[in-house]
Amino acid sequence: MRYFDSKVLDNQQVAEDIFVLRVERNGAEAKAGQFYMLKSWDKELTLMRPISVFKAEKDELWFMYRLVGKGTQILSLLEKGASIKLLGPCGNGYPCEKLSGKVAVVGGGLGVPPLCETSKQLTHAGVTVDAYLGFRDVLFGVEDFEPWCDSIFVSTEKGEEGYKGFVTDLLKPEGYDCVITCGPEIMMRKVAAMCAEADVPCYCSLEHRMACGIGACLGCSIRTQNGMKRVCKDGPVFLSTDLLWNS
Amino acid sequence: MDKSINLSVNIAGVPFKNPVIAASGTFGFGEEYNELYDVGCLGGICSKGLTLHPKDGNEGIRVWETASGMMNSVGLQNPGVEYFIANDIPLMRRFGNVLIANMGGHSLEDYVTGASMLSAADIDMLELNISCPNVKSGGMAFGIKADVAHDVVKEVRAVCKKPLIVKLSPNAENILEMAKACEDAGADALSLVNTFQAMAIDIRKRKPVFNNVYAGLSGAAIKPIALRMVHSVCKQVHVPVIGIGGIYTAEDVLEFMMAGASAVQIGTVNFNDPLAGKNVLEDLSALCRREGIVDINEIKGIC
Repeated sequence: MRYFDSKVLDNQQVAEDIFVLRVERNGAEAKAGQFYMLKSWDKELTLMRPISVFKAEKDELWFMYRLVGKGTQILSLLEKGASIKLLGPCGNGYPCEKLSGKVAVVGGGLGVPPLCETSKQLTHAGVTVDAYLGFRDVLFGVEDFEPWCDSIFVSTEKGEEGYKGFVTDLLKPEGYDCVITCGPEIMMRKVAAMCAEADVPCYCSLEHRMACGIGACLGCSIRTQNGMKRVCKDGPVFLSTDLLWNS
Repeated sequence: MDKSINLSVNIAGVPFKNPVIAASGTFGFGEEYNELYDVGCLGGICSKGLTLHPKDGNEGIRVWETASGMMNSVGLQNPGVEYFIANDIPLMRRFGNVLIANMGGHSLEDYVTGASMLSAADIDMLELNISCPNVKSGGMAFGIKADVAHDVVKEVRAVCKKPLIVKLSPNAENILEMAKACEDAGADALSLVNTFQAMAIDIRKRKPVFNNVYAGLSGAAIKPIALRMVHSVCKQVHVPVIGIGGIYTAEDVLEFMMAGASAVQIGTVNFNDPLAGKNVLEDLSALCRREGIVDINEIKGIC
């Protein structure tokens, strides 16, 4: 965990309101499923913004984010060479090193980007990966999964691209040793339920409003089977069987 | 840091190496921030707000950014006094600075029992939170009416052998009467202000953001009001006052001390800058040098 200055290498819009920000890595760690707190402001905004690692390249960290409010709007305007501060890596991440055999990564919307780095690290750990990626209408990031996945299944709600419907319709958990999911809660609950039925372990990565990002403020606590847990520090990755889905 | 400038202060007989203290609820028990810098450099650390029994805290959204600040409704999630004494005090002691246990309560009995347990433990000071706006039935009720506050402080004073700080709410009916009532009841020091009760609405959901409807506002937005309250309280009481409320910079620290505070607590700024404690301290030394201040105590209450 470090708090450090970095430089923007690139900041591109890749779809409507979706951006990819590339920054100098400066030797920072990034385990699959971990995130960084980012800011490019001083005191104008109070809080840093938690954004998951899309790709950890040799000298670069890539973040894919959606323009949703003031903070991400400021980030979206950053140009090459701009200064940015990073706090991280935050959170536990997926236990890629403990997995083996065949794993499905199931992402929805902005839950897709962190699964890209996850697929890479799983592949490096000798795991075979299939990706199930669900979008509302426009695809983003899909081609980045290609080097790391055996099969990639894509869905959009109205069928503009790929399967028409939800990506969970395509998933058969019984064919996998483990399922890893990140996305809207309604999707992850469905994935978790399917995995429970098939008796396949399932890891979910949660999103939550947070202030400190390092486990101090308890702004992102959730109730779990094992008591109160901090999404930023004890998570964001939890075994589905530990979750109570009480948000 | 510049050793030729004296930043050390004394509050109720307790020496602090400098006047910058981490505020309760923003700093956990110091452990997380200690991964980023040596939190022992701070004058002291106020623990996360404790209650006699463990608490899970509030449901729903707990933090919300606002213009120049933020709101929170954490609801005193904490492991309870007993767990804190056994597990967190030994860890906090490693930092080597002033250890302040912050404690809230739901009933007079809880306050008294918790205070006597903490008083017997290895803490330097007890900060009594009679001002949490986020806990239903109790918490802030004690911080609104001066006569109710007087009673709880008096009872706690009777069992507390450690220096007792009472943390005041800006939501008190009358902050001056409140301050005097707590002083009369035996407080060794006062800290103010806690968060301002505030509200946010999600217009898309057409509902309040927080399950409790109201939540506590902190950060730069409240600083000028907090400064006014600290200033007016310092003119009325004889016990030392610790200033709190949107303190982000070394300049803010001097403002509060010129208004009469003996020390300050920094809270929300830790989220904006995880190294804020260290940075404010370093800036404070440099600022004192620029301003020709040799001993920080010399500017106390000059306004």
